Amino acid sequence: MSFNSFSEFLAMGGHGLYVWLSYGIALAIVALNLIEPLMARKQLITDLVRRLRRESSN
Amino acid sequence: MNQPVSNAGVRPVNPGMAGLFWAVMKRDLMLAFRRRSDLLNPLIFFLMVASLFPLGISPEPTFLEQIAPGVVWVGALLATLLSMDSLFRSDFDDGTLEQTLLSPQPLFLVVLAKVLAHWAMTGLPLTLMAPLLGVMLFLPSEGMTGLMLSLLLGTPTLSLVGAIGAALTVGLRKGGVLISLLVLPLYIPVLIFGAGAVQAAVTGLPLGGYLSLLGAMLALGVALAPLAIAAALRISVSG
Amino acid sequence: MAEKKSWLPRWFYQLASPRWCYEFMGRLLPWFGAGALLLLVAGTVWSLLYAPADYQQGNSFRIIYIHVPAAILAQSCYMLMAVAGAIGLIWKMKVADMVAKSCAPIGATIAVLALATGAIWGKPTWGAWWVWDARLTSMLVLLFLYLGVIALHSAMESDATASQATSVLALVGLVNIPIIKYSVEWWNTLHQPATFTLTEKPAMPTEMWLPLLVMVIGFYCFFAVSLMLRVRNEILRRERRASWVRTLLDKV
Repeated sequence: MSFNSFSEFLAMGGHGLYVWLSYGIALAIVALNLIEPLMARKQLITDLVRRLRRESSN
Repeated sequence: MNQPVSNAGVRPVNPGMAGLFWAVMKRDLMLAFRRRSDLLNPLIFFLMVASLFPLGISPEPTFLEQIAPGVVWVGALLATLLSMDSLFRSDFDDGTLEQTLLSPQPLFLVVLAKVLAHWAMTGLPLTLMAPLLGVMLFLPSEGMTGLMLSLLLGTPTLSLVGAIGAALTVGLRKGGVLISLLVLPLYIPVLIFGAGAVQAAVTGLPLGGYLSLLGAMLALGVALAPLAIAAALRISVSG
Repeated sequence: MAEKKSWLPRWFYQLASPRWCYEFMGRLLPWFGAGALLLLVAGTVWSLLYAPADYQQGNSFRIIYIHVPAAILAQSCYMLMAVAGAIGLIWKMKVADMVAKSCAPIGATIAVLALATGAIWGKPTWGAWWVWDARLTSMLVLLFLYLGVIALHSAMESDATASQATSVLALVGLVNIPIIKYSVEWWNTLHQPATFTLTEKPAMPTEMWLPLLVMVIGFYCFFAVSLMLRVRNEILRRERRASWVRTLLDKV
């Protein structure tokens, strides 16, 4: 382990802001790229099912 | 008036590649001349853009002469970009473009001739006007040859690459800013070496390297851009 | 009459079928998902806790474990986008067009990540939130190229025309990338006499490049997951009239 205590881990030798900001942004972008298509899929399927139902009832 | 005409004594002429090239160029130049006011617009824009910098930042000669190479080049670049939309638009609107694409003539040559004609009407006048801007921005006189030569070699490349953007967007109703978005990243190498050449001329360093690189980019552009332009035109017209 | 054997393998033709691709990707997704999760979590823990801090840069060096994978991914993604676009253009393969379209937003966000982490890394190292360093500037231009592709695609109404046009644009960009890189690097040496570049990778000891490798592979797996999710959505959308899609929707 490169750090001796949790508070040292958070502080990152004074560079805490930069390291955590970077990793945070990375997490956000990875999450965005996974959540966005999943939500789009759900929306797409709802729309298509609705359209299918409308067409079959006609 | 009603005399019958026959082609009996006429010898068929095969214009060949060169003939086709010059025919297209002549047509485009003639059409451009008929709308002379449109020719002035890029030049006026060029002048205005260059004037914005002293107005927006500082008219100090020592400051302006430092930024002069970059500003003149950026101005030329933006002026070229603005004029690109009109390259294919009028032909697209009246159906000539579609006819050109259907004809058996090699599209590569037709496209090259059109772009060259367009450059002769925009890039070349910009190059000739550049020393005026140089004087306004206190560019040292040593920089003038570098300015002219770099623009002479660089603006045709700008026209060729800009034509790719024009061809991709000619089918869209609003080309506008989209062309700039597509083409500006591709302009960056020309800008870097063009402005670099002027800087080198100002500081008295040899221009050879810069001009060779600009020439190489132009050669690459002449060889490859028409292919992309032709492909883009076919896509835009059929889309 | 002898059957003419094509030089292209059978799976190449299978790739042309959107339905086959949809199902194949569906089977691959859990594997890549698990791989991505495992590698990224392990890599992050390793980078933050176990990898040594750099002698000169201290703990901010840990940003490299995000910045370098993101930069590599942004560039590979563009290449994939251009190649997929070319395949769609030449062989008129719909799935290739869909792959190219799906690459663009992912690539753009990853380029933003590379730029953000590069900029943040710059603050403790150079004291400024942004430096016109050669690699960062090239990455910025790459982002512009991505944004151009996305803008062109959204400006066109017909899917087919949009795919063809963006394929041409992506290829033009691909040819230009080495030229842009070279000119930006040259421009940078002219204006920045510093010998140490921000993103320079010095000869790294094993404890440093091993977590980096894990992160790179993890990011690639994540990219595969995101890409496959988007491509499957595109397939459903474009093939919505097909009978296999209707059967699929009926089961929902």
